[in-house]
Amino acid sequence: MRLSYPTNIRIIKLPCTGKIDVLYLLKTFEEGADGVYVAGCMEGECHYLTGNLRARKRVDYVKKILDDVGVGGDRLQMYNMSAGEGPKFVEAANEMTDRIKGLGPSPIKKQVNKTT
Amino acid sequence: MIIGEGKPLQDVLAMIQKCSKIIVAGCRGCVTVCYAGGEKEVGILSSSIRMARQNEGKPIEIREVTLERQCDPEYLEEVRGFINEYDAVLSIACGAGVQFMAEKYRKTPIYPGINTNFIGVTEEQGVWKERCQACGDCKLHLTAGICPVTRCSKSIMNGPCGGSVDGKCEVDPELECGWQLIIDILKEQGRLDQMEVIIPINNWTSSRDGGPRKIIREDLKL
Repeated sequence: MRLSYPTNIRIIKLPCTGKIDVLYLLKTFEEGADGVYVAGCMEGECHYLTGNLRARKRVDYVKKILDDVGVGGDRLQMYNMSAGEGPKFVEAANEMTDRIKGLGPSPIKKQVNKTT
Repeated sequence: MIIGEGKPLQDVLAMIQKCSKIIVAGCRGCVTVCYAGGEKEVGILSSSIRMARQNEGKPIEIREVTLERQCDPEYLEEVRGFINEYDAVLSIACGAGVQFMAEKYRKTPIYPGINTNFIGVTEEQGVWKERCQACGDCKLHLTAGICPVTRCSKSIMNGPCGGSVDGKCEVDPELECGWQLIIDILKEQGRLDQMEVIIPINNWTSSRDGGPRKIIREDLKL
């Protein structure tokens, strides 16, 4: 397929999106990530049955926290795609990159840069 | 166990507004089990506070600790060595833990990071419901294992009242009538005659009406 996607995306592999913890997501933003998206399997097709459904709930929970702390829940998004859907992965990567570019750098990163 | 839930972040941030260095202290007891104040929640709250303060341009230093229990003096000793280096402690133990910490460390402001709600059970993962009001005079043997003090909105001892409709309480159409539950179980157990027994007027002095309570066991004292 040899599809290309934006180079600003760094992939962190997990055995299942069900492994995602609220703290993992929060730490990425605390460390200055501008945006994070979680790419899980299609709903109803989780090898572990409910891993991706749990991930979605955790993503929603962290979105609320990010709104509360002023980072903005829009910087976090969950996508569902099958392992064979390369084009959909690229589509999500482009969509998320465009969204984050529109929002600008994370306010946390801005403050960290100011103080260092 | 004692059930609590996190306070809104804005309320917590307001409490620690003037602090630049705090301890966030969790408890491995009840509040860990109900996901309100354990090690994980210490991490989540601390991370949220750091981000919010960073965002305001007023970074804060946080030391994350989780004590075995905050309602026992020996575990509270664990923070003695460093508590004076901090502006305040944000305790996410239950109200008892927060107060005990405040009692032991009078020089440091101790703030509550969670609300303590009730003594209850985990009905299912993520759902907790109240079961006991710690009235100090258990009558569950008379009421089929359903507590009229807790499960009846009016805490009446001989129910149900006229507000019980189709097994639901007039206070909230979703709420089960405690006395209907009692009758249902007594019926199932063939013990409906228990309903003929009039439970006397409750002596609330063993509950909160007698002021803060205490228990002393001479056989256990050192």
